[in-house]
Amino acid sequence: MPLPLLGLLLVLPALAVIVLLFVVPLAASVVGAFVVADGFGLGNFVKTFALYTPDIVFTVLIVSLSTALIGAFAIAIGGYLTLGENPRAVAILRWLYRWPMFIPFIVVGQVLRTFLARNGLMNNVLIGAGLITPLDATSFLDWRGIVIAFVWKQTPFVALLVAGAMASVDRGTLEAARNLGASRARILIEILVPQVATTLMVSLVLSFVTMMSVLSVPLMINAQSPTMITADIAFRINAYGDYGVANALGLVSLAISACAAIVYLRHSVRERA
Amino acid sequence: MTLLASSLLRRSGPTLDLWWIPRGLVLGLLAFVIFGPLANLVLWTVAERWYFPHALPIDYGFSYWARVFAPRGNAMESLGNSLLVASLTVLVSLALAIPAGYALARLKLPCRALILIAFLVPQAFPNLPVYVNVARLFYQIGLNGTVAGVVLVHVTHGLVFAVWIATAAFAAVDRELEQAARSIGAGALRAFLDVTLPLAAPGLLASAIFVFLESLDEFTGSYFVGAPDVNMLPLLLYSAGAGGNYQIASISALLLLVPSIGFMLVVERFLKSDVLAKVGQ
Repeated sequence: MPLPLLGLLLVLPALAVIVLLFVVPLAASVVGAFVVADGFGLGNFVKTFALYTPDIVFTVLIVSLSTALIGAFAIAIGGYLTLGENPRAVAILRWLYRWPMFIPFIVVGQVLRTFLARNGLMNNVLIGAGLITPLDATSFLDWRGIVIAFVWKQTPFVALLVAGAMASVDRGTLEAARNLGASRARILIEILVPQVATTLMVSLVLSFVTMMSVLSVPLMINAQSPTMITADIAFRINAYGDYGVANALGLVSLAISACAAIVYLRHSVRERA
Repeated sequence: MTLLASSLLRRSGPTLDLWWIPRGLVLGLLAFVIFGPLANLVLWTVAERWYFPHALPIDYGFSYWARVFAPRGNAMESLGNSLLVASLTVLVSLALAIPAGYALARLKLPCRALILIAFLVPQAFPNLPVYVNVARLFYQIGLNGTVAGVVLVHVTHGLVFAVWIATAAFAAVDRELEQAARSIGAGALRAFLDVTLPLAAPGLLASAIFVFLESLDEFTGSYFVGAPDVNMLPLLLYSAGAGGNYQIASISALLLLVPSIGFMLVVERFLKSDVLAKVGQ
């Protein structure tokens, strides 16, 4: 048997699983969004935008804010790991920041639901430290809780990739800038960040898409309205068996993710130009 | 940014010790942000009674642990199901990924890059709409609410780790060792089984652990395809939490947490840098 054919034969079963169990259902969800009672039409989208426009806006705002915060914290962590001059502080940070990375979203939801609640450890510590009185203690289990959960869980992933890319930037340039008297903040913003921009953008786009499809965090932290698109899809299926509107919402979330990917592509094209 | 600002202030040299104050504050705050929520979770697992405005649990005890681990409790059933599904997912994923990874690493394939990217697709699209339609499809062919159905969904999601890491692991094996085995008379299959496969084993083990954890922690797919017939640990966590039983929810969260943290601490031992450097190439 010729080698390319044998190779394809070995790859085929794994590829078939992806096509049958991901690509086909994905296509079905796109087509399903246009299926209405009497054939094809835009009825599902009319209903979707009438009922869920606030939730769509809410989702875009939450995920964009989380992405921006994740990017800022990841740059700060990566920057300190690369430019920090105290080896012990760098070692502590390196050990510390990675912990939430492998913690599953469902556990993050449960952990933060107890931590951010009115009698959670966060408020208790603030009260204990005399910063707030027990009467001021409020629950963070609303949009803030979702943002905190996303940032808590996704920052280590982006920071890991960004720190890795920063570590491979030429040390000579950094030392030269340092010798010319540039502050470390300036080196970080003007030299390091532009050089790792591609890695940063790729990891932020991946994070964006991940956050767009997390169901457990919005269900556990903020189930009241407005909520995220994912929670609406689950509700549409479980309460009404309404696949049309659920698929239309799915297509909206696909479109939002595609926008994020396009922002990235335009950026990388401009970089290369 | 505060991290950086505090470190920037530090350039004055001899007063080095003083600079541990801002540094300690920032690192301490970070430690609180990371470990505070985890500590809260552990407290909930041993809290018998705890309500506002009490800062700490009123009674401590292990009665909820006893309830979770009672032989006929549904927690044991969920744990059993989760472990069964995760193990089967690893077996199926590796059975698919080992031949695919070998072919992608060693054989000349048309559109190799495109095939590698195809395995990334399930990670690159929001997968909730897909799970909804998979559940609908499975319902028609009788796979919904079965262990096999859940395993298939988890395999789809885990294949990217399995295939990419297996490809990198095979690419990191020295080609000459294989050729040496062939030149002293071993057949292609023999050389693969006796030389290439054992040498790639640590990388394959790492990918197996990745797939196992992905499956153990997966919620959305299990929620649509498995529930309510196949009860899994993340589903138990969710329903216990939704019912206000934070103790049971926290104990199941802890059960899911321990393998994940354990893996984070040992991952570098399995995933050597020579394999890591070849991921995605």
